[in-house]
Amino acid sequence: MAVCIAVIAKENYPLFIRSVPVQNELKFHYTVHTSLDVVEEKISAVGKAMADQRELYLGLLYPTEDYKVYGYVTNSKVKFVIVVDSSNTSLRDNEIRSMFRKLHNSFTDVMCNPFYNPGDTIQSKAFDSIVSAMMVQAS
Amino acid sequence: MEAHEEKPIIYTMENKPIVTCAGDQSLFTSLYTSLAQQLPRESMEWRRSYGRAPKMIHLEANFVQFKEELLPKDGNRALLTFPFLHIYWTDCCDTEMYKASVKDDMLRWQSTLRLHGSVDWLIVVVESEAKKKNKTNILPRTSIVDKIRNDFCNKQSDRCVVLSDPLKESSRSQDSWSAFLTKLRTLLLMSFTKNLGRFEDDMRTLREKRTEPGWSFCDYFMVQEELAFVFEMLQQFEDALVQYDELDALFTQYVLNFGAGDGANWLGSFCAPVKRWSGLLLRRPIDMEKRELIQRGEASLLDLRSYLFSRQCTLLIFLQRPWEVTQRALELLHNCVQELRLLEVYVVQGALDCWVFLSCLEVLHRIEGCCDRAQLEANCSHTVGLWTYATEKLKSLGYLCGLVAEKVPTSEDLNRTVDLLAGLGEERPETVNSLQSPYKKLNEALSSVEAFEKHYLELSHAAMEMYRAIGRMRSARLIGKSLAEFYMKKGDPERAEGFLDDSLRSYVAEGWSLQVTHTRKQMAECQKLLQQTEDYLQTSALLAGDANLTEEERKHFCQEILTFASQPPAPSDQTVALSMAAFAQLRQMQFSPPGAVVHVGAALQLELRVRCLMPVAMQVEQLAATLHFSLEQGGARGRAGSAQRRTGQGPQGQGDGVVLFPQGSPLAGAGMGALLPPALELYEMQDRSPSDSSLTSTGVVCKNMHLLLRRHDSSASLDTPTAGALPAAVAVDDGAQMLRARDITLQPGDNSILFTAPTGEPGSYTLRQLCGSVGRVQFVQSHIYPVVQYEVYSQEPQLTIEPLSDNLLAGIPQKVKFTIATGHYSVKKGDALQLSNTDSMPILHSSCCSATVLSSTGERMGESALSIQSSEKVTSISLPPTPPYHTLEFQLEVLCHIPPTPFKPDIERLTNGEVRHRPKSHSHADSGMINIDQKVSIDCPWSIYSTLIALTFYVPFKAKHSILSAGKRKYIQVCLQNVSDTNFHLADPVLTERQPTVSMELLSLNVKKQQPVCSQQSVFCLWEMRWAKPLPLCLQCAFSASFAPVSASDTHTAFKPYRYEFQLDRVSTLYSLKAEILPPSGDQHCRTGALCGLEVSITRQAEPSETEGEEEESTEIEGLRTTKLMYEVVDNSSNWAVCGKSSGVVSMPVAASATHRVQMEVMPLFAGHLPFPNIKVFKYLPHNAVPAIQPDTDSCLENDTISLLDKGLDDQGDTASIRSRGSVHSVGSGEQQRGLPMPRLEPFSPGQVFYWSQGRQVLVLPVTDDHVMEVNVT
Repeated sequence: MAVCIAVIAKENYPLFIRSVPVQNELKFHYTVHTSLDVVEEKISAVGKAMADQRELYLGLLYPTEDYKVYGYVTNSKVKFVIVVDSSNTSLRDNEIRSMFRKLHNSFTDVMCNPFYNPGDTIQSKAFDSIVSAMMVQAS
Repeated sequence: MEAHEEKPIIYTMENKPIVTCAGDQSLFTSLYTSLAQQLPRESMEWRRSYGRAPKMIHLEANFVQFKEELLPKDGNRALLTFPFLHIYWTDCCDTEMYKASVKDDMLRWQSTLRLHGSVDWLIVVVESEAKKKNKTNILPRTSIVDKIRNDFCNKQSDRCVVLSDPLKESSRSQDSWSAFLTKLRTLLLMSFTKNLGRFEDDMRTLREKRTEPGWSFCDYFMVQEELAFVFEMLQQFEDALVQYDELDALFTQYVLNFGAGDGANWLGSFCAPVKRWSGLLLRRPIDMEKRELIQRGEASLLDLRSYLFSRQCTLLIFLQRPWEVTQRALELLHNCVQELRLLEVYVVQGALDCWVFLSCLEVLHRIEGCCDRAQLEANCSHTVGLWTYATEKLKSLGYLCGLVAEKVPTSEDLNRTVDLLAGLGEERPETVNSLQSPYKKLNEALSSVEAFEKHYLELSHAAMEMYRAIGRMRSARLIGKSLAEFYMKKGDPERAEGFLDDSLRSYVAEGWSLQVTHTRKQMAECQKLLQQTEDYLQTSALLAGDANLTEEERKHFCQEILTFASQPPAPSDQTVALSMAAFAQLRQMQFSPPGAVVHVGAALQLELRVRCLMPVAMQVEQLAATLHFSLEQGGARGRAGSAQRRTGQGPQGQGDGVVLFPQGSPLAGAGMGALLPPALELYEMQDRSPSDSSLTSTGVVCKNMHLLLRRHDSSASLDTPTAGALPAAVAVDDGAQMLRARDITLQPGDNSILFTAPTGEPGSYTLRQLCGSVGRVQFVQSHIYPVVQYEVYSQEPQLTIEPLSDNLLAGIPQKVKFTIATGHYSVKKGDALQLSNTDSMPILHSSCCSATVLSSTGERMGESALSIQSSEKVTSISLPPTPPYHTLEFQLEVLCHIPPTPFKPDIERLTNGEVRHRPKSHSHADSGMINIDQKVSIDCPWSIYSTLIALTFYVPFKAKHSILSAGKRKYIQVCLQNVSDTNFHLADPVLTERQPTVSMELLSLNVKKQQPVCSQQSVFCLWEMRWAKPLPLCLQCAFSASFAPVSASDTHTAFKPYRYEFQLDRVSTLYSLKAEILPPSGDQHCRTGALCGLEVSITRQAEPSETEGEEEESTEIEGLRTTKLMYEVVDNSSNWAVCGKSSGVVSMPVAASATHRVQMEVMPLFAGHLPFPNIKVFKYLPHNAVPAIQPDTDSCLENDTISLLDKGLDDQGDTASIRSRGSVHSVGSGEQQRGLPMPRLEPFSPGQVFYWSQGRQVLVLPVTDDHVMEVNVT
């Protein structure tokens, strides 16, 4: 299960960012922000190869001693970042992928809401509950 | 050459598969060199079991002398020392000798091999010509080989090969070499396949036993590593790597299972506390120390991991994949840290940091050792992770050992350092002489504060440079930030500032609020230390309004500002200007009145709503907005249209004087606003045609399209962060005019402030800068966007007169509205409008006339009576006193007289009676109404000049007259058409002679005295003329009638006269024309196709009067005055064919009742009641007469030539000439007229000739016989 989930706008400001435990929030913000470097690197690398049918899932962006950071980018260049605890070895690539897919679906629902102004931070309860379900329950 | 005799040295990379040599050692020695050279020269395909892909390999071998000890004992699975092939060498060519010694030796060799189960052998028989020649009793060479084959190789004849003359350069020798080498390679590979296969099977069996209690990972490790060695020996590095990877995965799985509670006994040894943390060792191909530890089962987790990685590293470098090394290294280091945590292994604090730091550097050194600089630089992205990791670890070591502080480390710190260094052990012999070894670096870095700083900075800068080089700016800034933290700890804020600033800018630019807050707090600390008062206050202001901070922190920063603000200013100090954005946000501005357009001196209020971001109430001494004043839009410009447009300046303009300011998220501050696309600024656009200001198109235009359509590059924003971290220096500009509010208290949250706007001068006022003063601190917002402006105008007084209805009708009283916009002029008591009177348009005034006063907003202010006085020349209207910028309205009735004559429409009359011609036609195109432009000259009290105002009146009627005759009797008809949209009553139509002659009397035939004339309808009136004396040539008549609108209440007074004057010429009848059609003789009726007679009699009706006589062209022949007339019979409807003469000239005596008869022949072409053909009479003027009227019937001159129009009798040529007649002759006659004087024709005026037979018809019967005649007249 994830310890931090972030949705980042095309312009690289956070649309949504949630992390557990809360006291490490700042650290996760730094981690997610720094991971954008790798996301951009990967997007530009992929963009050159196949622009139309590229894989949205970017895979492991970079590991740190304590966390693994995974990335995903939608066609509209909205980035999803999931941070997973390194000690959590039960999570395979496939699980991460399905988490991203779920996140993407929920994000699409948010965007479809006519009362949501694209570019605003996400405050949807439905989205929040989807994210919560994917997060480690804070003990 | 000595190599094969010694015990082979294993565990070096020079290992080769072992091949033993038995038999003649000296023979082998002589061949060894060429054999060792030629064996690897060609590659062989190695087909392998388990579906593994075949490989081409170059074989090499280590040839050693055969010894029984070399053969493996049972259970010894060492593969490196395993002899894969046994060769027996002999050059025996003598049967006797073979039988005597060689055979026995071979047998012994064979039995030894068989004893050890080795079946991989080969016998080589070397033949040489030299040897054969020496011996005479030599058997054919084949016999020895055959014997050997016979004795040893039953069914395996290929186990014996012949090598002929190996030391000679001959083709035979080469062939035999190549055959031998192929055989050797094949057999070697066969042996590999067989032996390795068996080994692998054993290994797998061993692995399957791993769940059994006594199983040991270390033992298994040794076995599988053996396989890896062999693959390595065979240069199959890929396969060797696979073996290590399998071991790696197996071990990892065990650790994970252990973590899950499924522990294996053998793992206990790896859980021992870590005592040594000397880092990876990658300089040796095989780290024997560690290998032995593993073999003995004494290795710690770090030892095993280190050894495994060193082997993987070696193989990867052989495979030329150095970048995979770095990637795997990082994974390994992360993984080891995790595994130690998972296994709950006790590690001295900082020991792992040491191990990771050393390992990172070791890997980097190893990579540097095998790559050149360019390669390294190009692959920064692979190494930078290790650099960063090393930096992080060194940093944490530094903090741990008290090396990051202003003071020296404590004794506790020193003890810890000593413990850590002890765990490193001795420096390894490989690097003792290297100056830059990781071991030395760590030792040095931990030795002193200065050395630590040097190494830490070196590493940090290296990592940062690399991140910059590969464009990972965020990562670089993160390192920069941690450097800043380091500098702050060291008490060096100067150096920290740059890094903090850089980071802050990027976070602000990208809108990451938490980072912004965190970094800003550090920045504030740094600026405070640096005593950058202004920057510190600015940062404090931002932090005080930062929602991410706690209330206490915010209050602290707010207090910092207030403390500074309340300090008495030092003489040198100026006030400090800070950005308003941190302090408060503008929410909206509202004008009252909402139009934001007022006249000079009017009251205009502006309500500003601001959201104060400070956590406590702020006492603001003054809040002022400077105004930019410009004249360009004010002044003389009228009010029309400007009011509505001004207010909606902003994109969210509400049209009710409210300007809303766009709200960025209060959390993200300026950064968010910079990144979000600006809102659409839409404006209504109307395109009116310039001539009549009708709407031709309307639409919406976007005014900030250039901003919206600009390409936004998401990556670009990173490299050039917008200057949002610290707002650009704010300057207080000192405008002349200001909106000011004094001593206000801004509560946290929304506040409302009321300003009174100055409206002293006409012009346009734009709000430029907003400035709030708190003691020595000023909060300045340098631009207010969207633009807020208001307009003050000054207007000239203006008088307009406009009709109340659509069209003003002439002849009847019409109401017009006078509107006076007073503008800046104040109408005083006694002020009056002076209207010049004109005869054509009197002003009708009644006593009860009142004026209405309206305020500038259209509000009704009051009503007062007007006093109007008329003198002969002027009408004076006294105006009621009216304040400036008000509107005065009143109505007056005016009457425009209709000019009596059918005047030319282009005559325009000015009020002074002057008539001038204007080229422009004034008749209304659609209605045919004639209009009269009436100009009124008015003297206004505010101006010395007269105002000329044009009013257009339309004449409601159009009259036509005509004269009708019946023999000598004459009638006058007048047709009056109502061309207006109003219905009228028409009364008392009267026709009079203008110069009355007693002799004539006009007898009205009209019965009704009054009748209605509806819009667009006509009324006809008729009079009979009676006269006694001959009529004058010209009659002047006048038609007059009264009319009133149907709707008029008082019909009696409402009737207004209408007069129409006209002139009649040549009224009396001169000639009467009578025609008669006579049927053919003997017939009672005319028949088609039969010629009939046409008799025309022209009778003179009256003696010519004197006036007429002069005009008539008469000639006197023998005392008899005659005039010449031309007659013409024309049948336009093709009913008749005129046969023979159709026209002619007759001379008429000028005497009453003189008659002239003309006989002609016509033929009816159809049956039925046919109308008579037309007969026309013209005056025939001789050529010398001056033409009065240009004749337009000149084509009739030569009509005599064409007498027959009958188609049936005519030929084709003639019809053609008839057809072309008109055109040809008109051209010809035109030429003639110019050349010769020609006689001319002149028509009579309408009443002069009376046609008796006009409209008569004659019955024509069809022919009795069935003969059908068809006549086509084209």
